[in-house]
Amino acid sequence: MKPMLAALVLLASLGVPLLAVAADPLASPGWPIAQNRFLTGKTYVFDDRVQVIVPRDAEDSTAVPGFVRVQGIPDVQQIMVFAELNPIPMIVQFWPHRLEPNIGFRFKVQQATPVRAAALGADGIWYIGGAWVNAAGGGCSAPSIASADADWAERLGEVHSRIWNRGDEGRRLRLTVMHPMDTGLAAGIPKFYLEELVLVDDADKHLGRVEVHASVAENPTLTFDLRTGGSVRIQGADNNGNRMLGEVE
Amino acid sequence: MMPRLNALLGFYALLYGSFAAALDYQLQPREIAAGVYIFEGRQEHFTRHNGGNIVNTGFVITDAGVVVIDTGPSRLYGEQMRKAIATVTDQPPVQVFITHHHPDHFLGNQAFADVPICALPLTQKIIARDADALLDNMYRAAGAWMEGTEAVAPNCRAEAGKLTVGERRLSVLAVAGHSGDEASDLMVYDHRSGTLFAGDIVFHGRAATTPHANIQVWLQVLRDLERQQPQILVPGHGPTATDSRAIRETAAYLEWLDTTLREAAAAGLDMAEALELEIPERFKSLAVIDEEFERSVFHLFPAIDQEVLHGGAGNGTR
Repeated sequence: MKPMLAALVLLASLGVPLLAVAADPLASPGWPIAQNRFLTGKTYVFDDRVQVIVPRDAEDSTAVPGFVRVQGIPDVQQIMVFAELNPIPMIVQFWPHRLEPNIGFRFKVQQATPVRAAALGADGIWYIGGAWVNAAGGGCSAPSIASADADWAERLGEVHSRIWNRGDEGRRLRLTVMHPMDTGLAAGIPKFYLEELVLVDDADKHLGRVEVHASVAENPTLTFDLRTGGSVRIQGADNNGNRMLGEVE
Repeated sequence: MMPRLNALLGFYALLYGSFAAALDYQLQPREIAAGVYIFEGRQEHFTRHNGGNIVNTGFVITDAGVVVIDTGPSRLYGEQMRKAIATVTDQPPVQVFITHHHPDHFLGNQAFADVPICALPLTQKIIARDADALLDNMYRAAGAWMEGTEAVAPNCRAEAGKLTVGERRLSVLAVAGHSGDEASDLMVYDHRSGTLFAGDIVFHGRAATTPHANIQVWLQVLRDLERQQPQILVPGHGPTATDSRAIRETAAYLEWLDTTLREAAAAGLDMAEALELEIPERFKSLAVIDEEFERSVFHLFPAIDQEVLHGGAGNGTR
């Protein structure tokens, strides 16, 4: 204990943030790189209140379900979800604003990887939870199903959505956008993916925003927990400038 | 440094030695009725320990040769199976039936290359089309046991109906539900002993697998089977049954699975949240239940979810 403490004091005196010396609970070889890439200059701590629900094994590496639930951290400003050993590590960046700090999504994996969620609290600290997904791989370099379907363009950008009133658990919005989500990693198929979704209420008030990355599975299917009533408008845009719109009551 | 290196080398030698020596499936034919034998696999997932031997295969001896049902997960399995058959009969194999396209049931085909290997047309087609993917998965899971294994598509088209081999009458039944929507699952019935080789239509003591399942079609087949009640039923996985328990167990689990995932989607659950659903006590004793439930969420939830989100657009399984 004593030498450990001494080391911490030494690091602190050198200006290395204390929190950063916490060992990665997932013991991932990719953590130093992920930390560099996404958390440089940020204060962070591993915290179980950020729950990441993923399967142990990716039975289908082109569409692995994930759900991030943040409980007990007030006023979450932003949530980053990334799979650090993926060729496209970032999955979604979410600004919950007037939404609950929860998000459901499906993503591709190229190999076994931790999936992390980093939630930024009002105190400026990033709280990080995560879990490993074991995978045979290949999900990111596989062509989309749409890329082999001549009719995909007819359905591009269709938004299907539904709201549930779940009693004590509040209102929930689930949606799916028809989009191939091509990663650019399959030979001869350029990067083509949904980039952004904004949720707005019936009084034009901004509810929340999510940046979607090409690692999200084909036909992105997302889950949001609402805090407000009324209808919701969904505004989306992809990297080719296509716009999409949906509305749900 | 040296002692450590030596210890390490010793460890690898031991590992290698035990591995090389262990590449024996130790297949023991078990006679379940006069002239009807099975090789019973373990109630596990594919691992480098079991070499993929988690499946039941079998054979029926006639005075015109041996009819083989499924060839197991690897070339090695097929070869050792053929040797084991020869320990109980001088009759040569004359025909092989493959119940469906899942890799643990047909990757021993190479050992029977001199014999007609018969399967339903859809099974032939899928094996020819997906051979590489089916192989990759097994190589990854079972490792060295797979050496030299290639996917050999069945070269003979099985027709539903009766056939006579030597003194025995057999029936080939074409059903579906486990590995596809129609005519994807083959069963073989031996009239003399009343034995049904049910393939993966029936699981016993083990959670059913659903990668290509059509649950409603499958349940209908199970209801029909329960009425017919074969005297001896050889499931694709798990012990042989002489009553309808294995059939009812498979049906009860599939019904629960389908209902539970539909209710979850209808209540607005996200696919990942479905992974957290509680498995009822009555299914907890099934082998590999946790893993198979997780896999089934992958197999079944997306189509159900599409129906829910697209307002019953009708591309699901019901």
